[in-house]
Amino acid sequence: MTADPHANRISPLAGFAGVSDARLDVREIPFLRQTNVRADPARLLPAWADRLPLAPGTWRRSGETDILYLGPDEWLAIGDLTPVPAEPRADTARRVGQDDVILTDVSAQRTIARVAGPGARDLLAHGCALDLHPSVFGPGRCAQTMLARAQVILMARERDEFWILVRASFARYLAAWIADAAVDY
Amino acid sequence: MLLIPCPWCGPRDEAEFHYGGQAHVAYPADPAALTDEEWARYLFFRDNPMGPFSERWNHTSGCRRWFTVTRDTTTNAITPETSR
Ligand SMILES: [Zn+2]
Repeated sequence: MTADPHANRISPLAGFAGVSDARLDVREIPFLRQTNVRADPARLLPAWADRLPLAPGTWRRSGETDILYLGPDEWLAIGDLTPVPAEPRADTARRVGQDDVILTDVSAQRTIARVAGPGARDLLAHGCALDLHPSVFGPGRCAQTMLARAQVILMARERDEFWILVRASFARYLAAWIADAAVDY
Repeated sequence: MLLIPCPWCGPRDEAEFHYGGQAHVAYPADPAALTDEEWARYLFFRDNPMGPFSERWNHTSGCRRWFTVTRDTTTNAITPETSR
C-alpha cells in the first residue's frame, strides 16, 4: 500500500463553504495543474501552433487542457499539458533559442473559483470594470484585470459559467468578497 | 479616471497601470564618459511639454507589458504610438 502523496494537501480555499442557490453557484476548483508557456508566436512549431489560441484575449480547449492567451508571447495552460513531440533537452547551459517553448509549472500560484448561474455575470460586474456582456465577453474569452481590487484572470466558459484565477494569497479575501456580494444577486 | 488603451488588452482603467515617465530616453552610449552634470541630467531631467507627450505605461494588473502612448498633457487625450 502506498500513501497518497497528495493526501495532506490543503487548497487556498479549503475553508470556503461556497455559495449555492437558484441564481449562483460558487465553489473552488482546487489543484488543477497550471503551466506558463512562453514562446514567439511567429516561430511556433506546428505541434504548438495547432494547440495554442492565437487571438488576443481568448482561450481554447486543446485535448484535456484549457489554454489562455495572456500576452504577446505568453500563455497559461490549465490541466495536464499533454507532451508535444519535441525532444526535451537536458543541456541546461545551452542558450534558449528563439524557436524554443519555455514551460514553467505555476500550479501553486493561483487557485480557481468557479462562478456559475444566471447571477454570475452581475456578481462579477459588481467588482469589475470590464464589459462582461455576453456579446463582448462570451464563452472563449479571457482577460487579466481587477476584481474587487484583486488581480485576477477571468475566463468565460459555456452557459454563464466563469472561472476566476486568483493568487493563493488573495483567494480567501476574494472568496469573502464573493460571499458578501452574492447576497445581492 | 483615465481610460488607457493597452495595445494587448484594450482600453482599461488607469488604476490597472503603472506610470513609466517619458519615453525614448536613451541610455548613454558611454556612461563613464559623462560628467556628473550630464549624468544627473540623464537620470533626473525630463521634458514637461504642454501638449503631446510620449510616455511609458506598464499594464501591471493585466498583461504586465510596457508600452508607449502619446498623451496630450492639456486634454489627457491618449493616442497609441504607431512607430516603434
Ligand atoms: Zn494589457
